[in-house]
Amino acid sequence: MAASYKKLILNGIFSENPVFRLALSLCPAVAVTTSVRNGFLMGVAVLCVMTMVNITVSILRNLINPKVRIPAYILIIATYVSITEMMMRAYSRTAYKQMGLYIQLIVVFAIIISRAELFASRNKVLPSAADGFGMGLGFLGALVLVGAVRELIGKGSIAGFHITASSPLLIMVLPTGGFFVIGLLMGLFNWIDQRYYGGRPGGGGGGHH
Amino acid sequence: MDTGKKPQEAGLFRASIGPHISSGESVPHIMWTVSAALMPAAGLSIYYFGSRALLILVFSMVSSVAFEALTQKLMGAKITVSDGSALLTGLLLGMNLPASVPFYLPIIGSAVAIIITKQLFGGLGYNIFNPALIGRAFLMASFPRFMTTWLLPRSSLSLARPDAVTGATPLGILKEEGYPKLLSHFANRHDMYVQLLLGHRGGAMGETGIVALLFGAAYLLYKGYITWHIPVTFIATVAVLTAVFGGDPWLAMLSGGLVLGAFFMATDYVTVPQLKRAQVAFGLGCGIITALIRLEGGYPEGVCYAILLMNCFTPLLDRAFKAKKFGEASAKA
Repeated sequence: MAASYKKLILNGIFSENPVFRLALSLCPAVAVTTSVRNGFLMGVAVLCVMTMVNITVSILRNLINPKVRIPAYILIIATYVSITEMMMRAYSRTAYKQMGLYIQLIVVFAIIISRAELFASRNKVLPSAADGFGMGLGFLGALVLVGAVRELIGKGSIAGFHITASSPLLIMVLPTGGFFVIGLLMGLFNWIDQRYYGGRPGGGGGGHH
Repeated sequence: MDTGKKPQEAGLFRASIGPHISSGESVPHIMWTVSAALMPAAGLSIYYFGSRALLILVFSMVSSVAFEALTQKLMGAKITVSDGSALLTGLLLGMNLPASVPFYLPIIGSAVAIIITKQLFGGLGYNIFNPALIGRAFLMASFPRFMTTWLLPRSSLSLARPDAVTGATPLGILKEEGYPKLLSHFANRHDMYVQLLLGHRGGAMGETGIVALLFGAAYLLYKGYITWHIPVTFIATVAVLTAVFGGDPWLAMLSGGLVLGAFFMATDYVTVPQLKRAQVAFGLGCGIITALIRLEGGYPEGVCYAILLMNCFTPLLDRAFKAKKFGEASAKA
């Protein structure tokens, strides 16, 4: 059993990475990833919300009438997002000022509701928790990676430590740069997958909030 | 029955697939001709802005061709740099830059133009946006200071004044200080038009020599490589809208990158509609967006963004203006 939990977690990080492979929740991946710090904060918030939502949905899966499952999931997600937002407001005012709006938007992130619908609603609690944790880690990793590339090229710094005196390529911290970086990293992920794991061209497709 | 002769020699009827008569035109031929048509304007920019302009153009062209060859090699595709399309992209990108930019700017610009805008979308014929303009827009967003420092052309060929003089473009002066101030730089209104036509003004190095650009464009029109539809509607729309909103239509036509953009970049075969009526709509849209940016927007010039925005509409326009076939059944059931 332990091996399958590891597989579930790794699945969210690599082969079904939310941003680079499933192309879900690209909006926050472009909007907040102007630096490592922002990407990390957003990623941690999503990781907490996703794990808790998956656990809760899995516990309640036999009690929720399928006809009203989507509103029920949204309520569960909104609950945890509100808790996260309040915690952030209580313990990190500066981060809340910068990210507050985007934290509230986690309610409509496609990746969270899609995991609740596709995985947690039909699996037991522990596998659901592993899936949510893995997907959250994958999302966190993707946001940190995108943030790192954009901060390095756009501002010449990594996690706030300046490497170059001026900004090398200003466009990278603009929204345009977010699209460039995500597109190129997605291409890189696909290339690695095809080259070393014999995968077929994937990714792309949907792309919601 | 082997007579040792090919069927047509044996007098047999042989139906082959068209085309049966070749005009001798080809993509490489057109690309090289368009590049040649830009040469008078490129030459004029070197005359006005000196050897630095030549170096920027060379850097831009050489790096474009190199990036095209490199990307095609890495992707395992056939290397097609001899078709001249990468060279033309490099030339157009170079002509869209101020002559004063550092030498690494044309290289970064051509990397974005060739690798991201062209090759990653599938190469020649598959790119959605004009590569040279994306390269320029990328540089504009990344290096706004370099991209808006304009050299003023020297008034004569004398090399006695090695220090280049920088100044605003006519559209920049118009936006910041108003029309009377712009007019005060010239003897009179007529003088202003003549100076603009000859390219005695600050600006990107390829956009200033209007008379040379028109000469090259006239050749392309004569050869039939471009048609009047997009350039004329584009320029006329800008002039009319400027006049309607109280501007100087002649100034609007002779300033900025309008002539270069309308004749050489809004006519790129790949990224503009193919149907004539759709081309008129394309030119109209370009003109409206350019006039809007110039008159109301934050930037003094909008030709580049106008063409790029209309590039998005190209498939839609081609579909919307498709001729109705006779005898086609009604879609209504």
